[in-house]
Amino acid sequence: MTESEGARIGHDTPVSSTASRLFDLRTVLAVLFAVYGLVLLILGLATTTDADIAKAGGFNINLDTGIAMLVVAVLFGLWVRVRPTRAPGATGDGAGPTGH
Amino acid sequence: MMLAQAQTDLRLDANAIDYLLVAFYFVLVLGIGFAARRSVSSSLDFLLSGRSMPAWVTGLAFISANLGALELIGMVANGAQYGIPTVHYYWIGAIPAMVFLALVMMPFYYGSKARSVPEFLYKRFNRTTQRVQAVIFAFASILIAGVNLFSLGLLLEALLGWPLPLAIPVAALIVLAYTTLGGLSAAIYNEVLQFFVILALLIPLTIAGLNRVGGWSGLKQAVTDGPGGAEQLSSWPGTSLTEIANPVLSVVGLVFGLGFVLSFGYWTTNFAEVQRALSAKSMSAAKRTPLIGAFPKALIPLVVVIPGMVAAVLVPQLSALKNGQPSDVTYNNALSLLMKEVLPNGILGVAIAGLLAAFMAGMAANISSFNTVFTYDIWQDWVRPGRSDRYYLQVGRWVTVIGCVLAIGTAFIASGSSNLMDYIQSLFSFFNAPLFAIFILGLFWRRMTGTSAWIGLLSGTAAAVVVNILVSTGVLALSSQAGSFVGASAAFVVGIIVAVIVSQVTKPKTETELVGLVWSLTPKADRQHTSDGEDSGWYRRPGVLGGGVLALTVVLYVIFS
Repeated sequence: MTESEGARIGHDTPVSSTASRLFDLRTVLAVLFAVYGLVLLILGLATTTDADIAKAGGFNINLDTGIAMLVVAVLFGLWVRVRPTRAPGATGDGAGPTGH
Repeated sequence: MMLAQAQTDLRLDANAIDYLLVAFYFVLVLGIGFAARRSVSSSLDFLLSGRSMPAWVTGLAFISANLGALELIGMVANGAQYGIPTVHYYWIGAIPAMVFLALVMMPFYYGSKARSVPEFLYKRFNRTTQRVQAVIFAFASILIAGVNLFSLGLLLEALLGWPLPLAIPVAALIVLAYTTLGGLSAAIYNEVLQFFVILALLIPLTIAGLNRVGGWSGLKQAVTDGPGGAEQLSSWPGTSLTEIANPVLSVVGLVFGLGFVLSFGYWTTNFAEVQRALSAKSMSAAKRTPLIGAFPKALIPLVVVIPGMVAAVLVPQLSALKNGQPSDVTYNNALSLLMKEVLPNGILGVAIAGLLAAFMAGMAANISSFNTVFTYDIWQDWVRPGRSDRYYLQVGRWVTVIGCVLAIGTAFIASGSSNLMDYIQSLFSFFNAPLFAIFILGLFWRRMTGTSAWIGLLSGTAAAVVVNILVSTGVLALSSQAGSFVGASAAFVVGIIVAVIVSQVTKPKTETELVGLVWSLTPKADRQHTSDGEDSGWYRRPGVLGGGVLALTVVLYVIFS
């Protein structure tokens, strides 16, 4: 995906090889939070002890944080889907991080 | 519960899953370094990301570069020690300066196409000023990188039980690995990642901590009954922070010392920050960079200062310390002690990754800006001019290595300070306050000369050093915190006075040379940004964003007054 993005990116600016050819950072963030969220969700469901709950002041912190992270992962994923990086001139609302 | 007289076990009880979560984070960080490496083909790519970054990326990197170990460990420590008044570092001490940088100064920085702050000084003043500032900045960056390195060393010591002399070099190697690979792009992309991981540490920690002390009202009760008293619940007048007994003078000290001199000095001239905005892809994106960073900056104290206050209530060793009883911990331990106290395994791994991220964010920012200044301002413009770009790219990579090695040395200097925040504030008073003085004068006063700039700069630094010596030897009866406020103010005032006097007897640049560098000589059109295409929309207007974040800060101050 990196190369094809680079090819689509515009010709109006001096083609710097940098950000235009980098991977989409939003995808990396989605992956990070999906993995963290999933691990915490499983831990929260499977291994939480009363001591863990007491430690966090009465709630299952792994479970709740895991769910929150999965939501964040989905949001980043949606952002990538709804506003993929695109060629210059296209209208965007700030969502296209690597487009011009 | 542990007894205070027993040796405090600072080691976090991390298990295999925690380490796996940390390891996964490192895979992503190094992966970004490798991916970014392929895109580096010139020194501008390596040192300034080819000026191609979108605003949300540079904006979050802007704040992440500031959200280093200093921010986390130091501000949680301040939260534990001083309570709510710590918010001044975030609000009066950052937001107005960030808005000023975006709306007033960015047109000159970005518009001048300078590649660094010292290069801007060359354009406005002369070579000597550029060189003096480049050397001072390189020196300061390495000292501050040492603070970040020391903090990571503390963390590895706490986490793995490694001694500091082993932990500090190992920590330096980690950062070295990814900053030499991908240069500024890798640093900036990782900073955005770090921003989110740091939040994933702070938010659960705050919620769990508050739950443990009976919510916000429980915390307020405990702090009121504690050694700090109710004073620690209100931001103004902040007499404990400034140690100025008179409330009116304390407010003046906060607004002028912290809010104006220290904060404007840091945010508007610190190249580690400004560099993020210079890598943006348009003038509009460059202006929005500090503003996008300002929104998280305004909200972060909620998840930094509050955990600090919780730690002081919840962790017995810290409560003992606050009560003036003997204790074998310092406020710098507050963050890791609270993590140990409230976070079970799993989320603990995320939190450790967040702490490592904070360390790397800070150090990578120092190292990547050190790189740029050394390569462009010291090497290319001074020591070895006229070589190929390829040559300077190689220099940039080697300077990264040298910077990391030097930071190991300065990490041991930082280890001598009991409160990291005090140490860092005194460094800023030496280096940033005088720079801001000549910057602001040069921006608005066309008569100011090049000679006056570097003489003013050095005089200001000397003034701050003198104040620091007077404070540390006890001649001036001030805490080191208040000492750095006074030092910064002295540096600013001396810098301005000396620059004005020297300007009278030296020759200024001609007006045509100063177009685009001095406010009154720059046509309004040159300061404008485009507002079409990806820069369109009312919510992307820098003025709207700036007004919005100032309003948010006022609301926050009203809530925590």
